[in-house]
Amino acid sequence: MENRTITRADLAEAVYEEVGLSRNESSDLVESVLDEISNTLVKGDNVKISSFGSFSIREKGERVGRNPKTGVEVPILPRKVVVFRASHVLKDRINEATGAAQPSAPQGFGQSNYNSSDDNY
Amino acid sequence: MTKSELIQRLAERNPHLYLRDIEKIVETVFEKITQALVQGDRVELRGFGAFSVKHRDSRTGRNPRTGETVEVEAKRLPFFKTGKALREDLNKDLASHDDSSSQSEDSWY
Repeated sequence: MENRTITRADLAEAVYEEVGLSRNESSDLVESVLDEISNTLVKGDNVKISSFGSFSIREKGERVGRNPKTGVEVPILPRKVVVFRASHVLKDRINEATGAAQPSAPQGFGQSNYNSSDDNY
Repeated sequence: MTKSELIQRLAERNPHLYLRDIEKIVETVFEKITQALVQGDRVELRGFGAFSVKHRDSRTGRNPRTGETVEVEAKRLPFFKTGKALREDLNKDLASHDDSSSQSEDSWY
């Protein structure tokens, strides 16, 4: 089973099947969801989707970059980047799929340490 | 903006839809993305960004406080890479006074 790529069309199809709107309206609504998230980030606000993750903006300062091909130094201007932090619900679900095949981890120090650091967000 | 605020805004933009349908749409979108990632699939939403899963091998870690060695299990981590259009929208004001070089810069960093 090779991995595939999910696109907007797959999301629209899922909405179509789940909600019973027309295909057109389903794909418009998927687009609206992405638009609302994008617009909120462009305004500088964070987006928190419970049990999925959060998107926030990080401001990067100016630094000197180098074109790896030519070696020419170029200033990289200060810019904003999106940072996505997956919620622990999402992380757990992604790992359950593989974790099920392995013996469960001993509840040792490492495990509890991992959990406590995970609780920070 | 939280998920419920997102639902609220979509409801305002779509007064002809039931609130429960909008809730279901939002749930479905994130559930579908989650299921794809659980299966190890990639989710590519042009202009917005792409979600993928990266594999981390098991390794021997160390508790920095005690120095004790700890086996860290192999795990899979979700990643998000911002799409080009969103990245450009975020930096609109920058692009306007640096339009000439932005295109060539974009290709390598």
